Amino acid sequence: MDHLIGALVGAPLLGAAVLLLGGRRLDRIGHWVGTLLAAVSFALGVALFADMLSKDTGRRTFTSHLFTWVPVDSFRADVGFQLDQLSMTFVLLITGVGTLIHIYSIGYMAHDERRRRFFGYLNLFLAAMLLLVLANNYLLLYVGWEGVGLASYLLIGFWQHKPSAATAAKKAFIVNRVGDVGLSIAIMLLFTTFNSFSFSPVFGAVRDASGGRLTAIGLLLLLAACGKSAQVPLQSWLGDAMEGPTPVSALIHAATMVTAGVYLVTRSGAIFNASATAQLAVCVVGAVTLIFGAIVGCAKDDIKKALAGSTMSQIGYMMLAAGLGPVGYVFAIMHLVTHGFFKAGLFLGAGSVMHGMNDEVDMRKFGGLRGYMPVTFITFGLGYLAIIGFPGLSGFWTKDKIIEAAFAKGGGEGWVLGVVALIGAGVTAFYMTRVMLMTFFGEKRWQPDAQGHQPHPHESPKSMTVPMIILAFGSVFAGGLFSLNSSFLHWLEPVTGYSEGHSPLTAWQVSVATFVVLVVGAGLAWQQYGRKPVPAVAPRGSVLTRAARRDLLQDDFNHVVLVRGGEHLTRTLVHLDHSLVDGAVNGTAAGVGGVSARLRKVQNGFVRSYAVSMLGGAAVLVAATLLMRGI
Amino acid sequence: MNPVYYLYLAALLFTIGAAGVLVRKNAIIVFMCVELMLNACNLAFVTFSRLHGNLDGQIIAFFTMVVAAAEVVVGLAIIVTFFRSRHSASVDDADLMKL
Repeated sequence: MDHLIGALVGAPLLGAAVLLLGGRRLDRIGHWVGTLLAAVSFALGVALFADMLSKDTGRRTFTSHLFTWVPVDSFRADVGFQLDQLSMTFVLLITGVGTLIHIYSIGYMAHDERRRRFFGYLNLFLAAMLLLVLANNYLLLYVGWEGVGLASYLLIGFWQHKPSAATAAKKAFIVNRVGDVGLSIAIMLLFTTFNSFSFSPVFGAVRDASGGRLTAIGLLLLLAACGKSAQVPLQSWLGDAMEGPTPVSALIHAATMVTAGVYLVTRSGAIFNASATAQLAVCVVGAVTLIFGAIVGCAKDDIKKALAGSTMSQIGYMMLAAGLGPVGYVFAIMHLVTHGFFKAGLFLGAGSVMHGMNDEVDMRKFGGLRGYMPVTFITFGLGYLAIIGFPGLSGFWTKDKIIEAAFAKGGGEGWVLGVVALIGAGVTAFYMTRVMLMTFFGEKRWQPDAQGHQPHPHESPKSMTVPMIILAFGSVFAGGLFSLNSSFLHWLEPVTGYSEGHSPLTAWQVSVATFVVLVVGAGLAWQQYGRKPVPAVAPRGSVLTRAARRDLLQDDFNHVVLVRGGEHLTRTLVHLDHSLVDGAVNGTAAGVGGVSARLRKVQNGFVRSYAVSMLGGAAVLVAATLLMRGI
Repeated sequence: MNPVYYLYLAALLFTIGAAGVLVRKNAIIVFMCVELMLNACNLAFVTFSRLHGNLDGQIIAFFTMVVAAAEVVVGLAIIVTFFRSRHSASVDDADLMKL
């Protein structure tokens, strides 16, 4: 088992090492090596999954201890793996979707001369994410966490010759650092509280810890999750992260990176369960983000940025569910998996559209593409139906469950969260319908690119369409399959726990309500973008629209509060440094210098004056001795 | 004769020696004055030895003589070398070590 898990993480890591250190001679086969090693990792994941299925429910958790990393007195940091149903789910999602994205990238990056390096980074991304979900302690999880941050930085800034991509990469990295600081402080607090980093001792001892500490740890973990999962207030990097190649966006949004925050909260469920405040904070963050992301998604004309807003919103659903406690953990992960399918499919579809349209991303310059790229249209369309929760498709099974769970929180909170989730579903239907209509329907609004080439939309090569078709199957059937006999619930329940909750509404009522808001949202979008021609230049729009185009002024807020505030703070500190610190140091130096300049006059070089001082000193000593005697 | 007089004599000799060291410029004279001070000390030691009726002071006087002899050897050598290079025996000319 140890070796298998080690190989599972090691295969993509090896790929990254070989591809990044191998140099140009691997250019011809680099993409095959990367894809093969990702596939090996997926095959190992499937083998471990089969092995796990053959065991009894109670004996499925496997923990291993590889070696002691830092042994210092009572401080011990171990390296070890924990494979249970939760990490297994993630392993399959990461390696499965990851492998498909690798295959897709072979075609998508075919004309990029740095393709080998790209695959090296992709492999590094997978390895870091696998380490994150397989670690059996927080410190090793942190290693994977940072690895994911590094890989995302490298990939978002992959086209580093574009200043915007370089800036976006830096932004993603810095915003993530804020969350990382939260995680590192949380880990330190965990160690001082529980004297261990490992999951099982920590979760076992939660009952004995003080409530305040647990709340602090929970809130810091939430901060960390906000950074990686792009939740308010640390969501600003996600939109800019679209500067990376499209497969990267698919990887970040579906299989890795943004799911890490949900994993962290679900994995630390025992801590959150013990602190109602932290749980409520998670719920609020999730609810705010799901509306925030949806509004941003409605206003963006850039197809990838609209999808980025949608990711933010969908992760908001997962955070909301994770914040509900045992009522929601299972559904958070279930939505995460189905979202992995349809969001990866949507991004790959968007990439396919861009591929055929000279890398144009503005949806106002698309239109009428359904006849030209039928496979992309159908797979994208199925992903679209899945994400808006069309009855029968994946999103329907998982999103309805989250809305139901939100109502089941009970009391006023339950109603507020439930209604917010319900409105979010309507807005989701609106912006996704908008994307769909602007891209594939209506008249052609194609325009030549900067070099004057008229676009000739065409279907993408097999290496790109096949992954999209596979993902479309997942988007359609995964949710139903998971819900059949509540199989996913029974699968994950032993790890995360589950309680029914008391929903004031029945499942049917929630489904009907969701369907109604879905139809309303989609209808409004059709009214706006389907019946009327779409203007090629964006209209000015209302205040809210303009704010939403600017990511609801998130960057402006950051600029005014953090950047300007930081500048003022540093200026004040520099001033204080010059006047106070330097003043003290320089003053001391000047004082010593002045005293010395006077003292050096004593050293006049005349031996007789030295003799006088010796005689005087001796006289003083004798006098002192006599006086002391006398007293 | 009262031994205390010897102490007065020793004090007088020491004072003459100290004053000589401080006021004279010629290194040889200064050196002689140092010897005078040492011998004043010796006289005092011997006197105290007599007063207290033990031999400690006398022994220390012998030590002082040996040290003084060694000092003369070194000191005179320095003065001679100094005179050769500077053509002067004035202590005020030996001021190279000041800042």
